[in-house]
Amino acid sequence: MSTLSLTFVHARYNLIETARIPVALIGSLVFPALALLFFVVPQRTVADNPDFATQAVVSLAVFAIMSNSLFSFGLNIAENREKPWDPYLRTLPAPGLARVFAQVFSTGTLGVAAIIPVIVIGGLFTAASASLPHILLGLVALSVGALPFMLIGICIGYALSAKAAIAVVQVVMFALAFAGGLFLPPVLFADWLNTLSKFLPSRQARELVIWAVQGGTLEPWVWIGVVVWTALMLGLALFLFRRDEGHRFR
Amino acid sequence: MPTLARFDHVTRRFGQVLAVDDVSLTIESGTILGLLGPNAAGKTTLISLLEGLRRPSSGTVELFGGSPADYRNRQRLGSTPQETALPSTLRVGEVIDFVSKHFENPLPKAAVAEEFGLGDLLKRQTGALSGGQKRRLSVALAFVGQPELVLLDEPTTGLDVDARRTLWDALRRQHERGATVVVTSHYLEEIEALAQRVVVMGQGRILADDTLPAILAQVGLRQVRLTSDEADRIGRLPGVVRQELTGDGTTTFYVQDSDAMIVELVRSGIRFTGLTVRGATLEEAFLTLTEPKPQSQAEVVR
Repeated sequence: MSTLSLTFVHARYNLIETARIPVALIGSLVFPALALLFFVVPQRTVADNPDFATQAVVSLAVFAIMSNSLFSFGLNIAENREKPWDPYLRTLPAPGLARVFAQVFSTGTLGVAAIIPVIVIGGLFTAASASLPHILLGLVALSVGALPFMLIGICIGYALSAKAAIAVVQVVMFALAFAGGLFLPPVLFADWLNTLSKFLPSRQARELVIWAVQGGTLEPWVWIGVVVWTALMLGLALFLFRRDEGHRFR
Repeated sequence: MPTLARFDHVTRRFGQVLAVDDVSLTIESGTILGLLGPNAAGKTTLISLLEGLRRPSSGTVELFGGSPADYRNRQRLGSTPQETALPSTLRVGEVIDFVSKHFENPLPKAAVAEEFGLGDLLKRQTGALSGGQKRRLSVALAFVGQPELVLLDEPTTGLDVDARRTLWDALRRQHERGATVVVTSHYLEEIEALAQRVVVMGQGRILADDTLPAILAQVGLRQVRLTSDEADRIGRLPGVVRQELTGDGTTTFYVQDSDAMIVELVRSGIRFTGLTVRGATLEEAFLTLTEPKPQSQAEVVR
């Protein structure tokens, strides 16, 4: 069996499992849309300006996919490691990479589903606008920009117990969201914070998606940052995945 | 007989705990090998080394001539999840499909279902199965890929007698179709019903490795308890493996054939009172294996 076909097999059954618990689905699908309704729509200075509104919708879409990735990867993996089904999966003839990719695919699918209501609400209740090709391009950029978050989630999941993972995911998520300009636009940042921000995957994902949706120039630090974060976190995830076997005893 | 798996001076530590201590073992094609030992004897660790879940601290583990950590070497290996582990929202049929997609030449789902009595349950979510049904599904998963080597860790613990026999029958049929089976248990009865070769483990070491009849003679002991002034004379009767003084003034004798021993006891004219006979537990029988005898002591010194 090829790694690719096994990846899809694992991803498919991950999704079936999640879909059988509707509460989990509703939580990850509805939360980002509510954030947009409560935090952006009432602020008419932002909501009525096409540029600002579009950037706000993009920022919240990035936040949606980031929190989705961090939570579902970090918590699912940490919980699964404590359940005895996971060790059984590791005895099957499937490479570790197939299981990592499968988790990327299944959560990515859910993440994309979560931002659709964000786009719809943004289009209906704010001045945000973009053509369909730009929206599609934005989705592609979003899924590329999401890779580092998924991999960070994987690393947290493999490094920590479920209880510790919840706390760490929350800290990481809010730190990345604020410092990455997902809640407050970077134009309001002090210079030092703006510089720091450019090293964070959340800021890089935001700029990547804004570039895809609104056009303009893509600064090299954006795509270099995404590539470097992805490569680093993929390496770390694989290392933690392999090291993990030594921790499961008693 | 081709070698399917090999342990070569394998030691596995977990911190201060020595779970597997210098084990060398070869698993050849064609047998049902019983791995017998009390809890914490190292059986499960040994199995997990073969499944590629853990690596040895020292020594080498070989599966089909390669490392068990390489997934390609696990293509012909079948193992079971703990029955509490099955993903509760997936249906029985989905779990079987999911596992069979990993193998090049899987058994058809209908055949798996029939062999392990799951035919009526395929549409049921695993969370809704009874304990016995979950166990049957878990064991069935080991055979889905038509493996050459199957590892079963305590396959029938907690099942009632009927369910246990049904599962044993299925295992025997699968073995007749060519699967080599390694089964761990702390029940002598289970090993007796299935195994041809028996490896006895205790405290991470292999204590004995022999045919089933030879092992049964060593661990299939009975306890004879009585009060007598001439306990030492009784201890010299044929078939007595070990004797120990119990706190209440009685003496306990571990014997291989209690009937023959009692006949001898009565014939010898030794006076005794309060005779009781019962089967020795496996733990008690293991003590007779772990107690150093003169010849095995020589081996330890060497």
